[in-house]
Amino acid sequence: MSGISFLPARRPVPGVFVALTLVLAIGWLVVEIDGGQLFNQSTTVSLLHVAAGLGLVAVGQTLVILGGSLDLSVAYVLSLSTLVAAETMNGRDGALLPAIGLALTVSAGVGLLNGLLVTKLRINAFIATLGVGLLLKGYLDNGYDGPAGSTAPSLVQTLGYQRVGPVPLSFVLLVVVTGAVWFTLSRTRFGHHLVAIGGDPEVARLSGVRNDRVLVTAHVLCALCAGLAGIYLASRLGSGAPRVGTEGLYDLESIAAVVIGGTALAGGRGGVIGTVGGVVLLASIDAIFNQLEVDAFFKQVIRGAIIIAAVAIYARRALRKADS
Amino acid sequence: MSDPRPAPLLVLRGIGKSFLGVRVLDGVDLDVAPGEVHAVVGENGAGKSTLMKIVSGGYAPDEGSIELAGEPRAFRGPRDAQRAGVGIIHQEFNLLPERTVAENVYLGHEPVRRGLVDRREMLRRTDDLLASIGETALPADARVGRLGVAQQQVVEIAKALALDARLLIMDEPTASLADHEVELLYGLMRRLQERGIGLLYVSHRLAEVFDLSGRITVLKDGRRVTTVDTADTTADELVRHMVGRELSSYYPDRAGPDDRGPVRLTVRGGGNKKLRGVDLELRAGEVLGVGGLQGAGRSALARAIFGAAPFTTGELTIDGTPIRPRSPRAAMRAGVAYVTEDRKGEGIVARQSVLDNALLASRAVFAARSGRAARTVRVRELLAAVEVRAVDDDQEIRFLSGGNQQKVVLARWLALNPRILLFDEPTRGIDVGAKSAIHDLVRRLAREGAAVLMISSDLPELLGMSDRIVVLRDGRVAGELPAGATEEDVVALAVGTVREAAQ
Ligand SMILES: Nc1ncnc2c1ncn2[C@@H]1O[C@H](COP(=O)(O)OP(=O)(O)OP(=O)(O)O)[C@@H](O)[C@H]1O
Ligand SMILES: [Mg+2]
Repeated sequence: MSGISFLPARRPVPGVFVALTLVLAIGWLVVEIDGGQLFNQSTTVSLLHVAAGLGLVAVGQTLVILGGSLDLSVAYVLSLSTLVAAETMNGRDGALLPAIGLALTVSAGVGLLNGLLVTKLRINAFIATLGVGLLLKGYLDNGYDGPAGSTAPSLVQTLGYQRVGPVPLSFVLLVVVTGAVWFTLSRTRFGHHLVAIGGDPEVARLSGVRNDRVLVTAHVLCALCAGLAGIYLASRLGSGAPRVGTEGLYDLESIAAVVIGGTALAGGRGGVIGTVGGVVLLASIDAIFNQLEVDAFFKQVIRGAIIIAAVAIYARRALRKADS
Repeated sequence: MSDPRPAPLLVLRGIGKSFLGVRVLDGVDLDVAPGEVHAVVGENGAGKSTLMKIVSGGYAPDEGSIELAGEPRAFRGPRDAQRAGVGIIHQEFNLLPERTVAENVYLGHEPVRRGLVDRREMLRRTDDLLASIGETALPADARVGRLGVAQQQVVEIAKALALDARLLIMDEPTASLADHEVELLYGLMRRLQERGIGLLYVSHRLAEVFDLSGRITVLKDGRRVTTVDTADTTADELVRHMVGRELSSYYPDRAGPDDRGPVRLTVRGGGNKKLRGVDLELRAGEVLGVGGLQGAGRSALARAIFGAAPFTTGELTIDGTPIRPRSPRAAMRAGVAYVTEDRKGEGIVARQSVLDNALLASRAVFAARSGRAARTVRVRELLAAVEVRAVDDDQEIRFLSGGNQQKVVLARWLALNPRILLFDEPTRGIDVGAKSAIHDLVRRLAREGAAVLMISSDLPELLGMSDRIVVLRDGRVAGELPAGATEEDVVALAVGTVREAAQ
């Protein structure tokens, strides 16, 4: 046993933060040369708003992906949640809490369905959640042509637009949720079991973990996060929006943020802090390109390249680790 | 059977189990007393692991009853069994490489305080557990993926102990342990015995079975052949029960002077992170044994020749031509095959068939069309020669028993028709009958002109098979021994009680 050096298992800083720093530095420089200003009040605020919405969804997505599953229905859950919230409120402050409660309950219900399909019926998560998503899409397309309902003014004024300095309340919400999820993952049995299932479901099962229960819970939490993001978007938009989730590409972007953040797509490795890094990275790129008025197509190409690069870098790391 | 044993801890009656209509266990009876080590032996695929999984809640039996401490039990899952005090160390590793030692040890029953996982307590208890089995060098917060095979086995043991089990099942726990670690395990098992814990012990190493157990149950084709008191039986008798035929305990004849051909492989001053100044010569037709302790660089040597972790200094020639294999593929092209020690981890594609698994390497290296039919025929022969037991070639390999999976991997490398064969622990986890078949096969390959390098921790095997033995210590060649050396000679070189043997 000579000569083996043990590094403690503390996770190193996810590479995403290095990338984020680089992107911000380069972006700042380029925008400066271009004669603009990357970090003025309004750009920073809008960056953080974008990050808050995507972040809430991505944090939930991190949970299911860590557990070796996936949720493709989040975009529809989000849209549904904006509608449930806005329609229940119907502009009345008095209905605020029941509306939020209802929106979250409906979202959780969808998560429960996802979870049960994946665990009890053993349907592949990709297919199961896609199917549930399409089901919701059918409902939304059928019932709504455009915005519906009206968000309570008090919610619009607080969650929607209130800020602490340059930091929107919604971003504070994201930080709180992220903290709670981080805590859950590192300090609760549920968290430990979830990561174990993602690492190897058979090992977890043979170690006495109740895989199904844990995975269902993760799916419910994921959907709750998407529902929360929906409530936030309703507060921004002032009404329910049946297509906001899909138009914002919340499903794919959330998965991208998780992967860029260093969580293995197969599960078992990663964490929620990296995901937030990934979200801020994606939002920053958006902000920079908006400043530079780059065309939308090119923007997508760059995002794609970044996602591929991230996955490639993580894969190389994993290889090197396996080799040593 | 009328001796006054204490009331049994575990009683199995008439256990039966079928997979997809294939009967794997049939009417098996077995009992374990508190403080007893009850060994279970049998050929690869006899049903040992399946039986152990039934006792530990991994599978539900189709028939029969389980009684634990006098109470009938029907476990609904591993969790149930753990609660009832049944712990198991599985034949395959059951660890999460991405998690720490402590997280693995306490997976499923993490210590909590006020509803939260108490990390500090978890680390402390893991340290205590590791210390209690004499492993103080292993930090509880190390990532399991960074540990060597032997240390991972230690973690497995700690994991089972953490359950405070009344009955502990060990399914081939020593398969990847070095000798001194086996000693530790022995000590550990005695202590558990004294605490009144019943132990079910599965192993192919009969020496261990005789050292440790009070009784032995022999399984064959899913049935219990017999249960005997260890003191009343002999290894020969056991083997007869297991295999159902007389087995010669002899190793095949060594290479005669005429069998030895030209030099196939030379290493001069080979070194890398784990090796220093290794000189070596390997001839066609001979079996060169490589001995040494765990960590002495035996596997590193094979991996260097195979290009998996190449030499960084010195030179390597194959058939007189200097070559620097930078990748396994390059080495395979040059005619080198390497049967790794970790056949489970590096070896199988779980959801593919037996035949596909066996053909994997040949398909990767040779052009698609040429000689496909001939290769398939040869692979089938090899599968038969190493005595693989599967329903047929098309069965998914994950349904094979552990030992049979290993045989398939073995066949895969032999199918390359290599001129230089590197074997790392070729018979680990393989039953006695198949073991001698593999010995015969190795010798046959040598006789057909292959140059064989064989690493083995099994000293009788190393001595019985090798024409010469090179012993490594701390990454260097400690000395070379001719055929006919004794176990003491090897051990002396391996631990370094003799300075460089004069040869
Ligand atoms: N899940 C499964 N599905 C189908 N067949 C199985 C399954 N598990 C085991 N088998 C079959 O049951 C038989 C017994 O396997 P088992 O693993 O119990 O053998 P074993 O005695 O432990 O052998 P070894 O010494 O190789 O570990 C084998 O023929 C194997 O192919
Ligand atoms: Mg077995």
